[in-house]
Amino acid sequence: MAFDVIVNALKTKFADLATSEFRDNRRIVVKPAQLFDVLTSLKTEHGFDMLFEMTAADYLKYPNATDRFGVVYGLLSTASGERVYVKTWLNEPELTLPSAFPLWKGADWLEREVYDMYGIIFDGHPDLRRILMPEAFTSFPLRKDYPLRGRGERHNFPVITRAES
Amino acid sequence: MALAIPDVMLARLDPLANWVRANSLWPMPFATACCGIELMATGASKHDIARFGAEVMRFSPRQCDLMIVAGRVVMKMLPVLQRIWLQMPEPKWCISMGACASSGGVFDTYAVVQGVDRFIPVDMYVPGCPPRPEQLIQSIIDLQAKIKQTGTLQGTEFGKRTEHMGPLPLHLN
Repeated sequence: MAFDVIVNALKTKFADLATSEFRDNRRIVVKPAQLFDVLTSLKTEHGFDMLFEMTAADYLKYPNATDRFGVVYGLLSTASGERVYVKTWLNEPELTLPSAFPLWKGADWLEREVYDMYGIIFDGHPDLRRILMPEAFTSFPLRKDYPLRGRGERHNFPVITRAES
Repeated sequence: MALAIPDVMLARLDPLANWVRANSLWPMPFATACCGIELMATGASKHDIARFGAEVMRFSPRQCDLMIVAGRVVMKMLPVLQRIWLQMPEPKWCISMGACASSGGVFDTYAVVQGVDRFIPVDMYVPGCPPRPEQLIQSIIDLQAKIKQTGTLQGTEFGKRTEHMGPLPLHLN
């Protein structure tokens, strides 16, 4: 199915869709409120039955960026091999998105990773815990306002001398 | 030719214990990164640390007396490292293998510990990224020399190391 067919079908149902295409990279930018409905439509009506990637990026201090976080969903149709990227923008303090777990079970750990690194909350996720960092970690390390060398977490351990071990 | 070994030999207990300990180091391979591959190469037939009595890699810390930290240690792994170190029976030694284990290497980030010697006692440092097997073998030879020179039967030399030897934790602004 050609990309413009998908886009036209989506645009009849949803207002405010921005789309672009570069080589074989097809992108749809949606509002967070429409995200779940657009994803549902892409899965059920257009055959994108696999979530092959989901990630986020922090655009703080990025040139000409107007929004803070971009969350990207990569969808694949295993029947036709087509791919499409769905992107949505988020700003503090409303860092909440609907979970894609009801649509694709593969969203489970991907959303946990985005939550762990950026602090974006996914409503309806069955088990939204940190996945990479320790449970006691308090920051979201891939945010651009988090210092590269951390805030001393890597040095917050007891020192064992040879005499006491 | 048969060696002329006398029926009775006299020796002091400290050098005897040191001789036995130095020539049967059982390593605990704490291999977390590419240094672990060189550690495996050191144990394999070409370089063969069995020539130095250190080929018995044990994956239980209860059976080891030489911890080889091979690779970067992140803040989530450091409590595991300390726990394994405390589980090893006396006498025990520690080799910090490679740039990452010794100083954090190029990974100067929020998660990577900048040298395991900040938090556990280290006897030998091996430079390199990763070190060649010859360097690791040299560190084992040096450690054997250290054991033979400083070791005691009761392990009293360890009790004197009451001060933290490594760099202090970094102060961040």
